[in-house]
Amino acid sequence: MKPRHKRFLLIGVALILLGGAAALVLNAFQDNIVFFHTPSEVAEGKVPQGRTFRVGGMVQAGSLSREADGMTVRFVITDTAKTVPVVYKGALPDLFKEAKGAVAQGTLGADGVFTATEVLAKHDENYMPPEAKDAIDKAHKTARTVSQ
Amino acid sequence: MNIFRFSSPQTFYPLAGRLVPVFAVLAAVCCALGLWLGFFVAPTDAVQGEVYRVIFIHVPAAWMSMFIYLVMAFWSAIGLGLGTRLSFYMTQALAPTGALFCFIALWTGALWGRPTWGAYWVWDARLTSQLLLQFLYFGFIALTRSIEDPRRADRAGAIIALVGAVNVPIIYFSVQWWSTLHQGASVSMTKAPSMASTMLWGMLVMAFAAWFYSLAVVFARVRSIILERERHTDWARAEIARLGGGR
Repeated sequence: MKPRHKRFLLIGVALILLGGAAALVLNAFQDNIVFFHTPSEVAEGKVPQGRTFRVGGMVQAGSLSREADGMTVRFVITDTAKTVPVVYKGALPDLFKEAKGAVAQGTLGADGVFTATEVLAKHDENYMPPEAKDAIDKAHKTARTVSQ
Repeated sequence: MNIFRFSSPQTFYPLAGRLVPVFAVLAAVCCALGLWLGFFVAPTDAVQGEVYRVIFIHVPAAWMSMFIYLVMAFWSAIGLGLGTRLSFYMTQALAPTGALFCFIALWTGALWGRPTWGAYWVWDARLTSQLLLQFLYFGFIALTRSIEDPRRADRAGAIIALVGAVNVPIIYFSVQWWSTLHQGASVSMTKAPSMASTMLWGMLVMAFAAWFYSLAVVFARVRSIILERERHTDWARAEIARLGGGR
């Protein structure tokens, strides 16, 4: 084996080992790397107890309500399997809407209500003009009426 | 033609000099066309309104910042394996441009995040790993500049470039591997793009602009590095004298 082949082999082996080590470390810290937990994880008790964490999912359609003080909002975050009721006092981001993604940071009360100190909107990777979106929404609605 | 001829700094220097203006013109044309497509032709987004248009800067910059780091790692591996000086010069010429694109990606991301997510910055896996990339770029530049002996600086920098390359797939796949606030990829090898075609074209043309800009700037920079590092040779000394430098 020529010395330069040896050097390339060494670089290759070192990179593979390094990649493996990185994979193991990231795997071990899996729970700390996720930005939010799902309502299902909350239901299974897989969330940090007694300290702040984030819960994320869809804002359930029809669940958003505003209290008389005009500042406090209540909504339900769902991952279609489980739900978490959230109460939050403060301004919501512009993209926060029912049936859209959201992430709330706060603590889970003993009554199962999540008191949020911060609410973020999560949008998806689809970009389209309003006309295209209208057409898609209309098609969905037609499909639903037909299937009923 | 033997392309390995150009692995010699002396033969690569004039070639790079001829290519710089070509790539600079292509970059200017693509940038003008891309910005026109992005800001005047592409439609408003149904969900985000006009603010999504930062995508035409943000995504090409983020792609370029990751790609340049991989190219640096490639040249570092070649340099360490074959001991070719030009490979190390290329790595060092690439670093500032990569750092710049990383910086642009982080800042445009912050300015995009505030009106859409509701936060300039969150510590999710995508944003954190991209910030790490920025520190790797700065670390590479600081390390190679701080070591007196250029041959040692070359090798130390190459090791940072290779080790840091592990971070690039982590950035890219972070949105698939973990739950993040950052959305997934709109354009990838494995699925049809999830954006309107004029939007996509604007973004791709801007990506080409970023490529050509990088090629032009990196080749111009590598010429300076070649002259500085080869200044003990007759040809480089003659070239420096021709440019009006030296003694």
